Amino acid sequence: MKTAPSAISPFEVRDCALITLSTGIKVQNLKEFRDALEKIPLASIGHHFWGRLLRPQFDEPEYNNDFASWAYRGLHDKTLAERLSMTLPTDFDSLEQLRLELVDTVEQRLDESEMIPWARADQQFYFLHSQIVVFDTGLRFDDPVDLVSYLPALSTGCIYYHFIDARSRTKQRCDDFSAWLGGFGDLYQRLIDRLCGFDPYFSSLEEIRAHVTSLFQTFFEEQS
Amino acid sequence: MALRHNKQNQDFLAQYAQVTGSSVIQHLEQLAAPLKGAKVVHVNSTREGGGVAEILQKLIPFKQALGIDASWEVINGSPEFYECTKGFHNALQGLDVHIPEPLLKAYEKTNARCAEQLRAVLEQADFVFIHDPQPAALLSHFPERRGKWIWRCHIDASHPFRPVWKYLRPWLEAYDASIFSLPEFAQPLPHPQYIIAPSIDPLSDKNRDLPPAEIDAIYPQFGLDPERPMVLQVSRYDRFKDPVGVIQAYRLAAKLTPLQLVLAGGEASDDPEGMAVLQEVQQAAANDPDIHVLLLPPDAHRTINALQRAADIVIQKSIREGFGLTVAEGMWKGKPVIGGDTGGIRLQVFNHYTGFLVRTPEGAALRIRYLLHRARLRRQIGERARQFVLDNFLNTRHLREYLTLLAGLQDGCRERVVVG
Repeated sequence: MKTAPSAISPFEVRDCALITLSTGIKVQNLKEFRDALEKIPLASIGHHFWGRLLRPQFDEPEYNNDFASWAYRGLHDKTLAERLSMTLPTDFDSLEQLRLELVDTVEQRLDESEMIPWARADQQFYFLHSQIVVFDTGLRFDDPVDLVSYLPALSTGCIYYHFIDARSRTKQRCDDFSAWLGGFGDLYQRLIDRLCGFDPYFSSLEEIRAHVTSLFQTFFEEQS
Repeated sequence: MALRHNKQNQDFLAQYAQVTGSSVIQHLEQLAAPLKGAKVVHVNSTREGGGVAEILQKLIPFKQALGIDASWEVINGSPEFYECTKGFHNALQGLDVHIPEPLLKAYEKTNARCAEQLRAVLEQADFVFIHDPQPAALLSHFPERRGKWIWRCHIDASHPFRPVWKYLRPWLEAYDASIFSLPEFAQPLPHPQYIIAPSIDPLSDKNRDLPPAEIDAIYPQFGLDPERPMVLQVSRYDRFKDPVGVIQAYRLAAKLTPLQLVLAGGEASDDPEGMAVLQEVQQAAANDPDIHVLLLPPDAHRTINALQRAADIVIQKSIREGFGLTVAEGMWKGKPVIGGDTGGIRLQVFNHYTGFLVRTPEGAALRIRYLLHRARLRRQIGERARQFVLDNFLNTRHLREYLTLLAGLQDGCRERVVVG
């Protein structure tokens, strides 16, 4: 069933900027890490899953969150790194549940270990969190096809807000584009499926922007 | 408020848009909109020389172009004041430094005097950024302040000498927030601690593109051989920059490959140790005709730019480093960088991607030899290094984070702030 564009609220383009803060908590071994996970602010857990997208980094994100990366690079514990990297925030209804899962994973590894894995003094893990400032760009789109030409010019802040931040804001735990397209009934279902099927964990924001643009372009080319 | 003419501001922003793309500048304009007219004052202790002054020279006009009423004040003190603050600097970077009581008194008196001189400006400010320890005690003279005060630490304070940190901490605790360059540098303080890396200005004389003739001119100017590879370290003559270690590395590498070394430094007006370290370096160079120890004036930005562009490899073998602007400068010019494995250099140099991290003169010598024998690799690393700086270490990113911080502080440090 098709819903006319005019019956749906326009897509409001928002932008955002993030800034990183220290929590003041640092750890050097796996037991300290477990204890810290239990007490750090929930915002810190979210930051270590997604904040890396807005940080200078050159190495390929072989492990797709900071906890897994540290397990590999700091503790040299590949088993733990693999397990932590398959912990997906979108699988949990809340960050508190995600925290419990992380603690469980680390507890299990501690049970398996004869000695407590530790990192060198200059490889400690620093728990961070972030503050996000969101602002309205004033841009509005009534018809999804109009987004196609604009998507390549969206700032990485817009991409972060609508594609990453949306995962913790929207009921579908996906992106804002899909949520908006869903309002048109099943007209854009194939595009929604493709957007929700994209795994953003290994991509930079520039790569996510290029991929989303390509999904929109392909969909509307197929329609024409 | 001395806001510049709108046309001037637009031209200023358009120049940056040519480097970064217009979406970056639009992003800054939207982020700055709620801060229009806000009075923001930066305070440090030198107008020229050193990374802090360089950053502020462009950050202030940039903020002004975005409609913020930004200004920059500099405090001055006696030789005892600078001796004391150099001691703070060394102690925050981990040296065991005893600072005698008379020097601490000179520090406190200078801050008290400067507080009176700056009272009108600082009392009216919406935001005050105090850079490094030199003006840190100013805050104690403003119990009735109306704005937010932020202490910006540019130093690697990861392992401060505790007695000096204990002296400084009470001055710092009263701030509304502090900023460190890396998470490792943050110290326990009872207020939000932001993490913001420094930046370079792509349009400054030190970093803008130069005509080839200007680059070529530096060979005769400094008696350099254009046919032989050149390794360059640009930095103040400071023991933490390990210039003597660089000479050791050069000697080890030069045994196996033809090479010339340039150490180019200037003096910062707030650094009383510079001349003593320069003498140590000259002694270590021991009249070797292939070691060029240059003492450049503070405004020799284009000369440094030309030297960096002429170099085959840029080195920054610091043993402590807050950030290392010269690393970003070298990378911006498409050079591979050999950097000390410390502080902010680790944020910029990634082995085999943008250069190499080293811990010893031997390590530096090894990487010099490795890179000099692989011209194509040098070019590839250089290209990646330039792109990495474009994405992460230009002053547009720095300004975005400052604006985000201001918006956040204005709103009471909540996790999510919606503006506009």
